[in-house]
Amino acid sequence: MPILAQQTAAEPLAQVAPYLFFAFAGVVCLSAWALVFSQNIVRMAVYLLLTLGGVAGLYFMLNAEFLAAIQLIVYVGGTLILIVFGVMLTSKNPFLQLRVKGWEVLLGVGVGLAIMGLLVFALISTDLSRRSRLVAGGYEHVALIGKALLSAYLVPFEVAAVLLLVVMIGAAFMARKRARQ
Amino acid sequence: MNPLFSIDLHHFLFVSTILVGAGIATVLTKRNAIGILIGVELVLNAAGVNFVAFNRYAWGGGPPSPLMAIGEPGQPVTPLIDGQMFAIFIIVLAAAEAAVALAIFLNFYNNFSSIDVEKADELRG
Repeated sequence: MPILAQQTAAEPLAQVAPYLFFAFAGVVCLSAWALVFSQNIVRMAVYLLLTLGGVAGLYFMLNAEFLAAIQLIVYVGGTLILIVFGVMLTSKNPFLQLRVKGWEVLLGVGVGLAIMGLLVFALISTDLSRRSRLVAGGYEHVALIGKALLSAYLVPFEVAAVLLLVVMIGAAFMARKRARQ
Repeated sequence: MNPLFSIDLHHFLFVSTILVGAGIATVLTKRNAIGILIGVELVLNAAGVNFVAFNRYAWGGGPPSPLMAIGEPGQPVTPLIDGQMFAIFIIVLAAAEAAVALAIFLNFYNNFSSIDVEKADELRG
């Protein structure tokens, strides 16, 4: 059974939380779909920035503060910069536009909407309320993540470390300039 | 609190559904290879939102937020954080995937002077 504690006067921000959620969700959904319909790759990068920032806000709403910070640092600060550098290195003019045929856009958006509709159907036909089990805890879950990374998740952690090393070497090897013969 | 505005699990799942639809549509409609990579990032983000939302609501993980007046006070329970761990590994893998994909795109651009995926058809049949 969902346990909804009564709102107390000590938490004035709780009044704002739903509006915050709708603001973040609106930013995420609008910029994600604007990304689908934009043709300019630089604008797509900006829409991706907005989407990733909104997702970080959603992580904040879900009490995953550490994850939100990671999202902002790694995604917005790292992956997005990587993508922007990729854009700059792979186009001769900054306003490169690759025209897509109208029926291709229609087909792609149709498939996306179909999958979305299927998921929404699954969502509304599943009873999620019985599984909502909210429990309280301390604010120690950043420490818990650190402990879990070195105990229960040690093997995935090490595998991820090796993966990152391999990726770093492999990407640098693949992207290097070929030596002239 | 107005029950109309209490945020629950299905709100977050709905947002991630919209996000995954946009990601799939982006992958299918872009001819720029980097655009396709951006679509994949959207799908991965939707998966991350799902993991964290289920961790928060369905599994009872995470402390009550000062922003959302939910949770049962006076019951200290060790939060379960496995959903957040999965989301962390998703972010790590997404960063690695973006690095490798961009290296491949750079190689492709050096060979074909274009980033159009329609030109990458030399390996067919």
